[in-house]
Amino acid sequence: MTMANPTKPTMANLTKPGVAAGIVAILIVLPQLTDSGFAITVMSQIGVATIFALAFNMLLGQGGMLSFGHAVYFGLAGYVTAHVMNGMASEDLPYIPVTLIPIVGGFAGLFFGILIGFVSTRRAGTAFAMISLGFAELVTALTLIIVFFFNGEEGVQTDRWIREEMFDITYGPDIQVYYLIAVWCVIAAIAMYALTRTPFGRISNAVRDNPERVQFIGYNTHRVRWLAFSLSSFFAGIAGALHAVNVEHVGFETVGLGQSGVILIMVYIGGTGNFAGPILGAILVTLLNSYLSDLTPAWYLYLGLIFVLMVMFAPGGLAGLIMMHDPIRRARPRLLLTMLPAYAIASAVSLVALAGAIGLIEMIYFLSTTTTRDSAMILYGIALDAADFRPWLICIALTAVGVFGCVRAYPRMAEVYNSALHEARRQVAS
Amino acid sequence: MEVFVFSLFNGVLYGMLLFLLASGLTLIFSMMGVLNFAHASFFMLGAYFAYQVSHHMGFWPALIIAPILVGVVGALVERYALRPVHRFGHVAELLFTFGLAFVIEEIVQMVWGKVPVSYDVPPSLNVTAFAWQGLDYSAYRIFMLLISVAIFVALFFGLTRTRIGLIIRAALTHPHMVASLGHDVPKVFMWTFGVGCALAGVAGVISGNVLGTEPGMAIQLGPIVFVVIVVGGLGSLGGALIASLLIGILNNLAISYDFSFYPIFAALGIERDVDGVLADLVNLTTAGIAPLVPYLLLVLMLIFRPRGLLGTRDV
Repeated sequence: MTMANPTKPTMANLTKPGVAAGIVAILIVLPQLTDSGFAITVMSQIGVATIFALAFNMLLGQGGMLSFGHAVYFGLAGYVTAHVMNGMASEDLPYIPVTLIPIVGGFAGLFFGILIGFVSTRRAGTAFAMISLGFAELVTALTLIIVFFFNGEEGVQTDRWIREEMFDITYGPDIQVYYLIAVWCVIAAIAMYALTRTPFGRISNAVRDNPERVQFIGYNTHRVRWLAFSLSSFFAGIAGALHAVNVEHVGFETVGLGQSGVILIMVYIGGTGNFAGPILGAILVTLLNSYLSDLTPAWYLYLGLIFVLMVMFAPGGLAGLIMMHDPIRRARPRLLLTMLPAYAIASAVSLVALAGAIGLIEMIYFLSTTTTRDSAMILYGIALDAADFRPWLICIALTAVGVFGCVRAYPRMAEVYNSALHEARRQVAS
Repeated sequence: MEVFVFSLFNGVLYGMLLFLLASGLTLIFSMMGVLNFAHASFFMLGAYFAYQVSHHMGFWPALIIAPILVGVVGALVERYALRPVHRFGHVAELLFTFGLAFVIEEIVQMVWGKVPVSYDVPPSLNVTAFAWQGLDYSAYRIFMLLISVAIFVALFFGLTRTRIGLIIRAALTHPHMVASLGHDVPKVFMWTFGVGCALAGVAGVISGNVLGTEPGMAIQLGPIVFVVIVVGGLGSLGGALIASLLIGILNNLAISYDFSFYPIFAALGIERDVDGVLADLVNLTTAGIAPLVPYLLLVLMLIFRPRGLLGTRDV
């Protein structure tokens, strides 16, 4: 697979003791700052998404395998976890503290990863992507057939409050679940980062970049992909178990194409070439999903458009865009300041284009979904009549002006960036 | 007997519809190396465009106009969006078409809403063509079959007997040589992409009114079409035809016969009153596992014959 910028999986900033301690401090303090239950739920979702996204990037970013069905391992592990918790509650199964239940999910993910991965990792690239899709559909179809395990469309209910654990933890209040997820998130992130530094992590990168050469130095590329796939499924399983604990329900949608697609979009928007990229994507997309989906019915359209634009213009994702500026920052931070005007102009015209396009999309959505004859709507806090031609004219004009501005401003921005990079390199060389 | 004949007929019909999609997909794949994830979305666009056009002008103009519109949209997408992504590699192209499928589904919901639209079979064809042994067969289904067979024949002759077909087939295997001979290969790619999408659009026009025109129709059919081209062998039109018919017929036979698997379990000494996972297995019927058939076929094919039925290279 040829990603545009196969940056090395740096997490230099995240591994500095000060930064790491800061992140842990934020994770501890953040939920104390709010008494909104919704905010804590969102933070828990971000934690689950982060683990899943990092696991997914072990495949896509580090192993070069694009999967359209990785939610299979996330969801199956969720089902297993729910059944195990129900079994513990009815005392059919020996008791394990809920604190440690993600290990059960991890091994469930690992089991299915080893099983299905053996077939699907024989090929890489497009063929692997298609096979992953086939397995995703297979498992989705099975959810309605094997009622014993999946319980059809209803899914499996569970209860995380089994008995009191050490330090009086019951996992009744959401905040306790948040801390459970946060701890597992940190552990899983450290483990996955450590994996990228092992010989296995390196050979996995090599299989991504040049499988033929890896075969010549004596490695079996299928086996390397299989191992990467299984380990990734293990971590996806941990995320799935935490999801089951968090929402106390696992339904067929957790194994489905939708879930797999969202994680793919998250990871790609964050950036596949950098270890921190998927974390960034998980935080951003989960936040937007939680807060924007109430504001606009077109949220998924915006998400899809962001994704498509990223694929076309910024294949390194957000992390890639940020890391592009790292060489300049290291050589001469003041150069970044000289770039600001060009960046500001580009941002301004982008905002104009966005304002127009969002206005148009919202008005079309409003007209097509509204059931009443009433065409009065509120856009950007302004009451207007969607049947009137004037708001359309304004939005079209804004879009046209903005797009025209973008066509002019972005090449200029690239020019400024390139000359700054050139300057920085010259300084390093001299 | 009559059940067998009817389900065979319906299976061939469903198979030919799958082939309309699979032929474009496999042509695009073997020419450009792009697996067009959004192919079924163009099928959906065909159905919606036909709904819109037939709303104003009737079914027959829609049959011509909608596929052309879909083809133009496809060609524009290839020229202005997919081609710039090409330099990032095949996986990036696949990601792009995945995003495109996502966006098309959302746009369809934006314009036509989330509920199915009332795209109906034209009244002139909504009659019984023949009745046999008390079962009616709709004229529209025969019309669908005729259209898809006609397109198959046209495609076959177009590719094997015309000069354009010769250039397309040459560009499949030797794009650089074709370019050196003075042909505009990127333009050939663009038109192939457009025509492939238009074929999917035709499938959408003729089947949207039978299968239902709703935003979920792309995601329901898309994965099955992928299965078809993998099982048939990537890049092989003949393989795609056989795989389409195979899946179409198997699917219809499984549903209309609805055999129970219970006799097999009974022979093994397992009774109906068991618990757990066996209870699900004992109560299985062929209709119940029909949705699984394509994917089981895919997995078996990948294990035993990764190149597909008529493929020349491994998946």
